[in-house]
Amino acid sequence: MKFGVIVFPGSNCDHDAYHVISKHVGQPVDFIWHRDTDLSSYDAVIIPGGFSYGDYLRAGALARFSPVMTSVKKFADSGRFVLGICNGFQILCEAGLLPGALIRNRDLHFICEHVFVRVETSDSPFTNELKTGSVLRLPIAHAEGNYVCDDATLEELQREQRIVFRYCEPDGTVTQNSNLNGARDNIAGICSRERNVLGLMPHPERACEDLLGSSDGRDIFRSLAATLAAAV
Amino acid sequence: MKAKVYVNLKAGVLDPQGKAIQHSVELLGFSGISDIRQGKYFEISLDGSLDQTNAQASVEKIAREVLSNPIIEDYRVEVEG
Repeated sequence: MKFGVIVFPGSNCDHDAYHVISKHVGQPVDFIWHRDTDLSSYDAVIIPGGFSYGDYLRAGALARFSPVMTSVKKFADSGRFVLGICNGFQILCEAGLLPGALIRNRDLHFICEHVFVRVETSDSPFTNELKTGSVLRLPIAHAEGNYVCDDATLEELQREQRIVFRYCEPDGTVTQNSNLNGARDNIAGICSRERNVLGLMPHPERACEDLLGSSDGRDIFRSLAATLAAAV
Repeated sequence: MKAKVYVNLKAGVLDPQGKAIQHSVELLGFSGISDIRQGKYFEISLDGSLDQTNAQASVEKIAREVLSNPIIEDYRVEVEG
């Protein structure tokens, strides 16, 4: 199995993602420059966090016009796996690979702290090694993480169990108090209808070593690796 | 020829920046304000190769596909002859 980490001008979590795949997942991984278009040798691509194009216009808005994104769309349509983290989630929404949008945090602050998210479904290629209802401690670092969508989209996400992570208290209770950015229905991460595209605001790649305060993020990469191993 | 594009958050989409600006305005003592919403304004210079109708259509497409996100924003285009 081979991973790719897409690099836009302004990506800044690309090395973290690369490190996690090479060190903790133990699989080959390449950086993919945003002008490259050949993804044929990859089984999964990660769109990392950062500030692609300086967040100009809207977070993720300009990255979606990079040449690589046309290939990412085809890659996703072919059933292969795409993981968008933070700015990557914003890009996936702007590109229409995931529904909804991410707007300014409710209280305007850039929020940079560890939060708790509840795994809402283990039925995804990114959470199949986790139990539904388990709680992960992951860092968030964003100014535009407030997930919005219309009523019909929310109903669809709920009905199809595509809300993968929700902000919660340490004991797993979903409360407004734990919803730091004001996201609709406490949404921290969602997947596509075919479940092969996941976007989330928290940074699992920054939570893979105890030294960094949490290693809960490993289970997400472990799940993806298990999915790929089973597919081979 | 110039085109102006105004992009605004849709009614109902939270605008914390607008709220913060409104708060500052009120702190300065301005009264009579019930709401402030922040938007974006673009000036696009056209090189004259498109007539009014085509320029309008072209800028509308730019506004729809690039300048705004239809999930959260509305846009308005004005092309000056």
